[in-house]
Amino acid sequence: MTSALLGLELAYWQSTLIRVLAGLAAVLLLTGGVVYLYLFKFVSFMQSRLGPMEAGPYGSLQLLAEVGKWLQKEDIHTEDSDRLVFGLAPAVVLSSTFLMFVVIPAGPDLVIANLGTGIYYVLAVSALSVLGILMAGWASANKYALMGALRAGGQLIAYELPMVLAVLGVVIMAGSLNLQDIVAAQSTGEIFGISWIGNPFILTQFVAFAVFMISVQAELTQTPFDMPIAESELVAGYQVEYSGIRFLVYFISEFATAVAFAAVASTLFLGGWALPASWGLSDGVMNVVGPLLVATKAVLLVGVVFWVRFSFPRFREDQLQRLAWKVLIPIALANILVTAVFKVAF
Amino acid sequence: MAEDVTDTAEPADEAPEAPVDEARERIAEAFRAELGDAVEATEVQAGRDVWVRVRTDAWRAAAEAARNSLGARYFCFLSVIDWLPSPFGRSMDAAVDVELARRAGEEPPVPSTELAHGVTGGATRFQLLARVADVGRPGEHWGVTLKADVGDDLTVDSWVPVYAGADWHEREAWEMFGLTFTGHPGLRHMYLPSDFEGHPLRKEFPLLARMVKPWPGIVDVEPMPGDDAEPADGEAADGEGDS
Amino acid sequence: MTAVTDRQKLQYIAARAADARVNVELETEGMTLNIGPQHPATHGTLRIVARLDGEQVIAAEPVAGYMHRGYEKLAEVRTYAQITTLVNRIDWLGSFANEVPFILAAERLMEVEAPPRATWIRTILFEMSRIANIILFLGDMGVQLGAITPVFFAFRDREYVLDQIERVTGGRFHPNFDRIGGLKDDLPKGWLADTAQVMEKVRTFCDEIEDLLMGSEVFQQRTRGIGIIPPDVALQYGLSGANARASGIDWDLRRDGCVGLAYPEVDWKVWTHPDGDSFARFWVRLQEVREATRIIDQLVEGVPSGPIMAKVPRIIKVPAGEAWVSTENPLGEMGYYVVSQGDLTPFRLKIRSASFNNISITPWLLRGVYVPDIVTILASLYFILGDIDR
Repeated sequence: MTSALLGLELAYWQSTLIRVLAGLAAVLLLTGGVVYLYLFKFVSFMQSRLGPMEAGPYGSLQLLAEVGKWLQKEDIHTEDSDRLVFGLAPAVVLSSTFLMFVVIPAGPDLVIANLGTGIYYVLAVSALSVLGILMAGWASANKYALMGALRAGGQLIAYELPMVLAVLGVVIMAGSLNLQDIVAAQSTGEIFGISWIGNPFILTQFVAFAVFMISVQAELTQTPFDMPIAESELVAGYQVEYSGIRFLVYFISEFATAVAFAAVASTLFLGGWALPASWGLSDGVMNVVGPLLVATKAVLLVGVVFWVRFSFPRFREDQLQRLAWKVLIPIALANILVTAVFKVAF
Repeated sequence: MAEDVTDTAEPADEAPEAPVDEARERIAEAFRAELGDAVEATEVQAGRDVWVRVRTDAWRAAAEAARNSLGARYFCFLSVIDWLPSPFGRSMDAAVDVELARRAGEEPPVPSTELAHGVTGGATRFQLLARVADVGRPGEHWGVTLKADVGDDLTVDSWVPVYAGADWHEREAWEMFGLTFTGHPGLRHMYLPSDFEGHPLRKEFPLLARMVKPWPGIVDVEPMPGDDAEPADGEAADGEGDS
Repeated sequence: MTAVTDRQKLQYIAARAADARVNVELETEGMTLNIGPQHPATHGTLRIVARLDGEQVIAAEPVAGYMHRGYEKLAEVRTYAQITTLVNRIDWLGSFANEVPFILAAERLMEVEAPPRATWIRTILFEMSRIANIILFLGDMGVQLGAITPVFFAFRDREYVLDQIERVTGGRFHPNFDRIGGLKDDLPKGWLADTAQVMEKVRTFCDEIEDLLMGSEVFQQRTRGIGIIPPDVALQYGLSGANARASGIDWDLRRDGCVGLAYPEVDWKVWTHPDGDSFARFWVRLQEVREATRIIDQLVEGVPSGPIMAKVPRIIKVPAGEAWVSTENPLGEMGYYVVSQGDLTPFRLKIRSASFNNISITPWLLRGVYVPDIVTILASLYFILGDIDR
């Protein structure tokens, strides 16, 4: 069985290998870039400090130094911990993150797997991380970890719902669950007959966008929704007993998930990799420009996530649930209703 | 703000024959009126403070009178004084006394072993010390220092039913002085490990660090570098081992 | 225990009822959670043993003593000049303020009064330690609530104040600058002019905090109505300082019973808040920093000239007697009960530190709250471990 990748005829395993390696490289590069750009520099400037300055020019190699440090550390675990589950938990969380990237398109041909149910696949695998977190909390044999994991369980499931409902609005607009189709719908769409900028759904689905981004903030357990890791009360929640490479895995997955959700958001709401179809660019050009476009949009959205994270205090557990169930879900449902009415009316 | 202050002390114009402090005299009077002959002694230092010493069995009654009748709702602190002169001598005071006596050509004084009680006197070794105040009404603040002797059974009534905040203070007094407070919800160690033996703030509890090595007070026990009779710089390094 | 409010009763009953119900249905036991001694919320080594039902606290008991240094015992073998070094370390964020009441008590026993210039400089430094101390609280409250940014602003702007303290005293944290009868040194040149600028920076910081943290919806949700202390309970437990004023108790030792400091000379206001919750405590402290800058601005304008030391003997033997002096320290009422028998050393020194009383209310206050609120309540009560353990 062969498959076409950029016009080359390759064996299935070859094309799969290339796709996976390219995907991994893109994910890790983007994650590293985001960590440096936002966690190290952007936040430092917000907090009137310089951030890392020593490793490499303007501290740009700091992350490599940190990774080197983590890799050297002893792999420790508590005496009572369930070692198998304890070791598996970070892997589950990380695989949930990487699986999300599988369907995110970066160009007309640049997608690892073009699934028909793309967006629901993304939301489904992103929910897998709850499993890893609960495993970590239980296996750590630590009360803080357990409380953090239970909080995470409640929170991630609660915010899964408004996220799914927000996405529904987009799905109604595009008429498809496939991410490539959603991109195409935004690229070829038009608003009141003006096709110059296409129809990025942020313009028509701004309510869904807001709900989606708030849910993303909660799914990423970033402040103001960082109850599960709340470092001032639960120390680090489910991560408290992890160190060295296992902690590194959590670290990578936290920021890679941020990139993944931002990429999904930019695909759903900002037009993804595509430029408006009315500009008349060929697929070949878009295969080069598309990845840059979607990466830029994703990085900008991650910036918003970090901006919020370092500006707000955190909610309490019950307030956070109240926000999900009493505010976000009704808004998202109303949005679906309005969207459906307009879809039928026009 | 100065006009709000009735209670303000001006330490400057304090002299032994300072004007009578009517406000504080009234406080002392009020305690006498409330507690009757349970008040053993009062003292008013004009512009400064008022002390009331009550009988041991009236200790809680004094708190109730202060809080419920006189309105001193604010609990400041509760503690204990151990009036026993230190059995370990007067440490650096002794050295200074010797030096001063030598200069004056006199015999150094012999430290007294009598209990010397302070303001409002007393009869026993341990004396309770507490302070309550009436606060929250600008211009009408007053505070009073209450005292009571503690008998040989080292047991007194707890203040916790009157002032909930006395809880930790009484635990501290129990731990540091070995006093028992009847009616306290749970006398547990406050600071020290639960297997600690002894009562550190009692005078007979030795401060071991000071036993091992005297503190360089006014009379230095070690020569300071540079101002001693040691050899000059070059040889100082060799000489250090001996000193 | 007396003086239980209705709210507390209801909370307690609810907690018990929840406990009983859960135990009947699921046969679960409460979980005991040890918060501390090493825990970010205790900024120091306080330990809180909390019995939880889910996220709700059934009972909480603070355990202190991990930092006990025995100052009351140590003071009995130290001269008065040596004791100021010790008491500096009680509330280590506002060290200078710890020295002042002790020196004032010793001065009272010796019948010595510091010259006016020394009094004014003392007051300025006292207020500066208050600013340095409370600025950190304002930032730290954010950290406890998960907002990391304000604390960086706090550290940045506190440095200006510490620099000013250092220029006078030579020590950022532990000045050990107060002497019986006056001060160690006079002010350096140009210091007063710079101080006015620093105060401007502090005011800007206060505005920033108000915008960034206090104005935040989330902050208000987390602090309003949380950890309410009624005034009567506050007084019973001996809460003082901003904690008492946040419960509506109009009492400030700088105004009521100001001894030997220059507060009556300046125009300022005592801020109170009627709510008694965590937000009120934060708000009162924020206003206090602003008020302190006003006090310093006025004091800097009018520092009198003259000597900075009164005449005191070289060997200080404090006459026999007893004296109690307390001042309004950053954390609350800090007082020293000095018993002297005419020696070089005090016969007994009782240190009444504010945090000890302020934290003793926690078993009462934490009952029935949620675990995240433990952190906000503790942060809003604002304690320094050295001030509890002494």
